[in-house]
Amino acid sequence: MPLLEIKNLQVEFGSGASAARAVDGVSLSLEAGKTLCLVGESGSGKSVTALSIAKLVPSPPARYVGGEILIEGRDVLKMSSRELRDIRGGLVSYVFQEPGASLNPVFRIGAQIKESLKYHRPAVANDAEVIRLLKLVGIPAPESRLRNYPHELSGGMQQRVMIAMALASQPKLLVADEPTTALDVTIQAQIIELLGDLRKQLGMAVLLITHNLGIVSDLADDVAVMYAGQIVEHGPVREVLQRPLHPYTQALIQSVPDLEAEVERLTAIPGTVPLLGSFPSGCRFHPRCPKAQASCSKQAPELASVKAGRRVRCPLWDSLLEPQTVSHRA
Amino acid sequence: MNLLEIQDLKVHFPVAQRLFGRTKEFVRAVDGVSFTIAPGETVGLVGESGCGKTTLGRAAIKLVEPTSGRIMFEGEDIAALNGKELRARRRRFQMIFQDPFGSLDPRRTVSEIIGEALEIHGLAPDASARRHRIDALLKDVGLDPSHASRLPHEFSGGQRQRIGIARAVAVEPKLIVCDEPVSALDVSVQAQIINLLQDLQSMHGIAYLFVAHDLAVVKHISRRILVMYLGRIVESGEAKEVCRAPKHPYTQALLSAVPVVDPDSKRQRILLAGDVPSPIHPPGGCPFHPRCPVAEARCKTEVPPLRELGSGHWAACHLATC
Repeated sequence: MPLLEIKNLQVEFGSGASAARAVDGVSLSLEAGKTLCLVGESGSGKSVTALSIAKLVPSPPARYVGGEILIEGRDVLKMSSRELRDIRGGLVSYVFQEPGASLNPVFRIGAQIKESLKYHRPAVANDAEVIRLLKLVGIPAPESRLRNYPHELSGGMQQRVMIAMALASQPKLLVADEPTTALDVTIQAQIIELLGDLRKQLGMAVLLITHNLGIVSDLADDVAVMYAGQIVEHGPVREVLQRPLHPYTQALIQSVPDLEAEVERLTAIPGTVPLLGSFPSGCRFHPRCPKAQASCSKQAPELASVKAGRRVRCPLWDSLLEPQTVSHRA
Repeated sequence: MNLLEIQDLKVHFPVAQRLFGRTKEFVRAVDGVSFTIAPGETVGLVGESGCGKTTLGRAAIKLVEPTSGRIMFEGEDIAALNGKELRARRRRFQMIFQDPFGSLDPRRTVSEIIGEALEIHGLAPDASARRHRIDALLKDVGLDPSHASRLPHEFSGGQRQRIGIARAVAVEPKLIVCDEPVSALDVSVQAQIINLLQDLQSMHGIAYLFVAHDLAVVKHISRRILVMYLGRIVESGEAKEVCRAPKHPYTQALLSAVPVVDPDSKRQRILLAGDVPSPIHPPGGCPFHPRCPVAEARCKTEVPPLRELGSGHWAACHLATC
């Protein structure tokens, strides 16, 4: 049994005629100890999917209209608020994008980490355990940091504290929502390295949300690409990045400038990311797709399994595949 | 002749000022920087947050008052100019900002935003000339002329950035300072804006000072790159050369930290310990020595000068070799 299994998740905002479906039929599974990356641009529904795992999207305004989220076989969407409290920050922990905004500015960081320990592991809610956690996430001289306030730490250090806090409950699943987006590239490299080490050391599963394909290739086992509320491609990281099958994935990879390649001009994706509530008919990518055909605007494609472990939401993927032009570094 | 020539530019901000006493300390945001930009050239400026790259970009066009140094624009020192004289010259250097949401007045229409620049510099003799010019500018940046009467909130981030670009291009500048122009945008839209900037450059021969933290983007658009650390330039040279064979350990670490979209990449990441030190109390000697993986004893005491190590390739490191 996988640790996490999301089946046909549907999340809507608003109601009646103005209802907008932010997540539309997402199915994913994650085995214990593995890393899955959810890639997508703003408005693709990746954060709503990630927050839904612990039912963290407040409802209202959100409505979970369909689907199941099974963690160790239990459906989160059917849990009582007491059960949810145990899951949140317990079995499933979160690390968010802006550490500065996620930490409470008026409490010392030692106290904030201890708060999680008090609830989930009361037997070890002491300074020694907090110091052990801070050491685990690579904070130098952790004894002297206990009494620091968040503003006394740099962004990278704050993110390490957030990770320490998330690890306090010994979670089986760590959900990291753009954990490095607000950080400098050198600090980002430190945090990526840390997440990779911790995963190995602690055997956690990691669900990493990002828009940075480079980070995906560093950390992921599997990757799911989202566009306009749906998964458009899913598979093992090496295959998806080296032989992307969906035109969106292909275009996304090609639009990123590459340090090691020489290109005169970037291959941009025309148009803009569609807004929630005004997704195009048929294939949601068709207005921007360089390979779209007449049928694409009418028929909404299904996410089809094309081979073991690979799913693609494009009926034309087979005919579009040109062996050498798929990736610009092939 | 160079379009822009910055000579030993310093920008120091006072901190911890006492009510009556003298200012005690300074943030040395830019601390003795010199570089040039040729007409129609793109120079990239990279560095971590807090290294002073935004301040340098702003000071280069006098949006921030420099503490000392010379800013030669088309052979004339604009560092000392103020008021009317400076405003008249602003037509030749413009700026594009990072945040496409914060840099457009939410209560003014697109044509008012772009038209203001035309009016200030007297480029629109009458209403119809003005409208024609705005229509043409919107077309140039890939927007529809019918968008002229809309307000900024009706546009996506990428479209707003296009409006900001149209505003900068409106007065036919020779130089545009682009401060992180694509870092707030979606990945798929970034490439559109980069391509647009390149198109405008080849159409009008505009030079760019392109400030960004994403080395891959900077390398793509720039002919030359300046790498900045704690208010100083630590390496400069041809973009391809700096990325292929970086001389300074900081540049090497910065390049190795850029994530690459290839699971089989054999690149070894150089992890830098710690964070950027405070620019109020920069470390003595080489400012990079506390984080440098190869630092020696003399790095703690002697400030390394910028040395030319290859043709046009400069680095400020005691240990760098040709």
